[in-house]
Amino acid sequence: MKYIYDMHQMMLKNNIILVYEGEFTQEITKSVLAMAERNMDSIGEESGIKRKVFNVMVECLQNIVKHGDEYISSEININTAIFMIGKHKDSYIITSGNPIRNDMVEDLRSKLDMINSLDKEGLKSLYKDIIKSGTGLTNKGGAGLGFVDMARKSGQKLEYGFEPLQGDHSFFSLKTTVPRG
Amino acid sequence: MEIINLEGTEDTPKIILDKTNKIFEISGRSLPEDSAEFYQPVLDWLEEYAKDSLPETIFDFKLEYFNTASSKLILDVLTALEDIKNAKVHWYFYEEDEDMEEAGEEFSELVDVEFELKPY
Repeated sequence: MKYIYDMHQMMLKNNIILVYEGEFTQEITKSVLAMAERNMDSIGEESGIKRKVFNVMVECLQNIVKHGDEYISSEININTAIFMIGKHKDSYIITSGNPIRNDMVEDLRSKLDMINSLDKEGLKSLYKDIIKSGTGLTNKGGAGLGFVDMARKSGQKLEYGFEPLQGDHSFFSLKTTVPRG
Repeated sequence: MEIINLEGTEDTPKIILDKTNKIFEISGRSLPEDSAEFYQPVLDWLEEYAKDSLPETIFDFKLEYFNTASSKLILDVLTALEDIKNAKVHWYFYEEDEDMEEAGEEFSELVDVEFELKPY
């Protein structure tokens, strides 16, 4: 039974206000967004911060939803992901982790490094270039537009990491910080 | 012409396209699961409308939030307005929402349509 206590302690220690683990769908996305919004409303969070957190959450959650079906593997239960929000005195931390195929790692890494190398104006022009050209855009978005938007709305670098999983998959972790006030 | 009148939901915007009453409006939240599928009827309607449009068309965008997948489709809607004579966009944004104001500015730079940014 101790894991319940440990989990609770871990969440308190990291100021985690919401965790979801499991399969991600549009319906789940809407529920998670509604819960996070209610939480921010209940503490009277400033509307500008709320909008930015909402923005980052949507891109983060929909990224997982749209890529989820690409990584179904029969070997291990790989089609599950985690999403967390931490609320600190000076920031919200939006984190996600999901399995991806190893052959996606380098592409993701180079996209994120490129986005992190840009300043505000650079991100703005990249955003416009992507939506204007439609390059790499699928029905689901794509081309890293979601990451560009997360970097723009947060005004911070996107932190990421990869952990090797069984078989030909890795666990992709992403962390976005939205400063409060 | 048929009227498009969609109620807004928590993840899709309210849309009214009504030639008779001169109402052309997209408002609310846009983060549908499949934005291309969601906006296709709007693009089809505008293509049809362009063939016999009113002398002037004012298209109101009053979005509270849109995701990146919707932004490409919003650009497609704006691009469709380029083919409509005397089309004009009224881009409304909540006065403290700098991101939505900036989004309006960016869209206005990407298309050849008259834009008016309107805080509320």
